[in-house]
Amino acid sequence: MNIWIVMIAIGLLTFATRLSFIVLMERIKLPPILLRALRFVPIAALSAIIAPELGYYKDNLAISLTNPRLLAGLVATAVAYRTKSVMWTIAAGMTVFWILKIWL
Amino acid sequence: MDTLTPTPTREFWQGARQELPILLGVIPFGMIYGILALSAGMSPLDAQAMSSVIFAGSSQFMTAKLISAATPGLVIILTGFVVNLRHALYSASLAPYTRHLPLKWKAALAYLLTDEAYAVSIINYQRPGEITHRHWFVLGSGLALWSSWQISTGVGIFLGAQIPSAWGLDFALPLTFIALVVPGLKDRPGIVTWIVASLAALLFFGLPFKLGLIAATFIAIASGLWSEKK
Repeated sequence: MNIWIVMIAIGLLTFATRLSFIVLMERIKLPPILLRALRFVPIAALSAIIAPELGYYKDNLAISLTNPRLLAGLVATAVAYRTKSVMWTIAAGMTVFWILKIWL
Repeated sequence: MDTLTPTPTREFWQGARQELPILLGVIPFGMIYGILALSAGMSPLDAQAMSSVIFAGSSQFMTAKLISAATPGLVIILTGFVVNLRHALYSASLAPYTRHLPLKWKAALAYLLTDEAYAVSIINYQRPGEITHRHWFVLGSGLALWSSWQISTGVGIFLGAQIPSAWGLDFALPLTFIALVVPGLKDRPGIVTWIVASLAALLFFGLPFKLGLIAATFIAIASGLWSEKK
């Protein structure tokens, strides 16, 4: 299949997904439980992206002290909790990550 | 003269400004996407076009990877669609605030509705006070991200393989997400959602088509609701 057909199809589906509720909400009234659920969406979706990024190293599950991504992620989590700053979190996480990659 | 009244211009620039620290994580990611897309055998034009046609980081990486593996077109399309399904939840989350907008605005905001723009916009909407002009904030943060994404893709394409992937700059992206999630963990249901999402995502990571991401997200939301009731 032509690469442009693939790209445009994914682009349109993604746009439709992003537009879905913004347009449909006018006609459909969401049940209260769904509205309460929305509060948890960012935490749930972003954490589900983060965890495999930290827990998997070189395509294998690596919950161990020899996994630099996991250790750097834990340090970044502590820094994010303390500072609430994106800059400091990235700086701390990348520094630990680079040091560990040299060491391990 | 009062400087605090929210006007469209102020909201727009405020949105762009709030997006800036996030760009630190996004720009290396965009550059790495550019490099990886080329190494997957895409032409510079195709690689650059994908950043505006799809405009969704993780599914762009996946699409480039699947194209290089000679995957059937329909499988690539389905995978890209599933990976981006979480955006329906962002759409539902923003919907109550965009009700009053004309369709043209809704379409523009939907096109710009990425993880990164959503994260700062929903925080802005949840602040108390007048919300009439806050869609300008979404537009500001969305366009800041969009332009950075296009430019960093271009830079990545031109730098080609000159940046050693051993630097691991793509790691800045999960770090960015950590910085967005962790400060918001203020109560028990939130913490339960966080822990369950993390564990479930690890557990289901092997599922095909990145379905593990979707499954973990829904299980975690259910756990948050359950924990709220107790």
